[in-house]
Amino acid sequence: MPFLTQRVQAETDQYCFVASLDNVRNFSTILKAIHFRDHATCFTTKNGIKVTVENAKCVQANAFIQAEVFQEFLVQEETVVFRVNLTVLLDCLSIFGSNPMPGTLTALRMCYQGYGHPLMLFLEEGGVVTVCKINTQEPEETLDFGFGNANVTSKIILLSEGLREAFSELDMTSEVLQITISPDKPYFRLSTFGNAGSSHLDYPKDCDLMETFQCNQTQVNRYKLSLLKPSTKALVLSCKVSIRTDDRGFLSLQYLIKNEDGHTCFVDYYCSPDEDVPAAESPV
Amino acid sequence: MKFRAKIVDAACLNHFTRVSNMIARLAKTCTLRISPEKLNFILCDRLASGGVSMWSELEQENFFSEFQMEGVSAENNVIYVELASENLSRALKTAQNARTLKIKLTNKNFPCLTVSVELLSVSSSSRIVTHDIPIKVIPRRLWKDLQEPSVPDADVSIYLPALKTMKSVVEKMKNISNHLVMEANLSGDLNLKIETELVCVTTHFRDLGNPPLASGDTPWDRDPAEMAEVCVDIRKLLQLLAGQQVNPTKALCSLVAGRMLHLHLLYEDVSLQYFIPARS
Repeated sequence: MPFLTQRVQAETDQYCFVASLDNVRNFSTILKAIHFRDHATCFTTKNGIKVTVENAKCVQANAFIQAEVFQEFLVQEETVVFRVNLTVLLDCLSIFGSNPMPGTLTALRMCYQGYGHPLMLFLEEGGVVTVCKINTQEPEETLDFGFGNANVTSKIILLSEGLREAFSELDMTSEVLQITISPDKPYFRLSTFGNAGSSHLDYPKDCDLMETFQCNQTQVNRYKLSLLKPSTKALVLSCKVSIRTDDRGFLSLQYLIKNEDGHTCFVDYYCSPDEDVPAAESPV
Repeated sequence: MKFRAKIVDAACLNHFTRVSNMIARLAKTCTLRISPEKLNFILCDRLASGGVSMWSELEQENFFSEFQMEGVSAENNVIYVELASENLSRALKTAQNARTLKIKLTNKNFPCLTVSVELLSVSSSSRIVTHDIPIKVIPRRLWKDLQEPSVPDADVSIYLPALKTMKSVVEKMKNISNHLVMEANLSGDLNLKIETELVCVTTHFRDLGNPPLASGDTPWDRDPAEMAEVCVDIRKLLQLLAGQQVNPTKALCSLVAGRMLHLHLLYEDVSLQYFIPARS
């Protein structure tokens, strides 16, 4: 990658954030998992990049790409924040094609000078170089779901394959997905209420797919299906998923994704409940 | 006016099918020009619908084992017909693994290009599938609009990079912008650029090479590093790139700064010229 090494140190100094990567897919795949809105806010610290996408002040997705995923990762300030059009960013990252020929990798170098400057991307594949100048926008305040460990009432860790099929077959005519988690039967239940009737899917707590099951108190919550459906993109890529709910009924889905180089990345989804279901209502 | 032709060789048949598929991707309706030596597929878009024109040429003897034609008159030994290009490519789809393919001009209540395909079958009896493709015979007074376009003097000519790479770049650029600036110089550099209020993207291709001048041509009179620039409708360019299943043996692009882009793709037996006017 001659163009990556040609850059002199002096040039690097003017940027407050520089990252390079010899396989752009390790970065773009994770971003695709949270691509359900056009805009994303990026937070970079010395530990890595967090990219946040929100919808309707009800759902938030965060992708964490650790600094180790990159071959070069420099952040001059404590946190560098900028907002970009994620659709454009993804088009740029996959400019040489989303399914490259085996054996060819697209290298990426990303640079950002700071507030008011564009995000610069230099992509290279087989000697062809693409330079992208993506204008950044005023970062917006992102939601804080206040999802603390202290308030978590139940926690389930599942192998993703167990949830993948369930999510792909969800009855989309149902407006909500109801999640029941209880210390007794049915333990973990997904329910939909669609035009063709209701359907329930139960996971016993000692099945092979279930890695952890912690729950002290029965909880029944409903979430807008349209808000949860985009998380399928992350689910498909992930190997494990952690499902947590807190005492307010907020849902946290955390997906563990392994990239092509074997590094682990995380994608988080937070979703607020749709409506209150009386806690006393006993599961059917 | 008569025309009948026959293909017996499987490779020729495949090749002809490929050509017709390529044409179908580039033009909804096209003009087929039949002359004793050549077949041409022609497209002359009106300016209102983009103004793209195409001139593709194949030597009949490279494809057909029999080829008979009789034009309008002895001194105008040519036939021009207009047809929906998809009809031809669809008819040829049934011709995969066919034993022979026959094409002729017929008149079955209305003028047709009749494609009959003799299929192989397990038993000795043969099956024949016949397609009648409606055509419009183009009268002689309109022929003047359907001549091989002359190529104005180019500012820069350059060989194109692998069309597959170019296609994926242009495809992504199309998601962002409606038009694209192509610039090239005489040092083998070609840039594809888009610019919107959100983003500027430039892809740089290097060392592509410029074609040597023919002996009679006047030498280039410009700085080899100086770029010539043409801004075109990105969909028109993508249409050409997306239609190429096989990489051509030679792909050449000539830029007439601010006026047009002339792309010339050469395959073994077919040549395709594609003209995209500059956006005004």
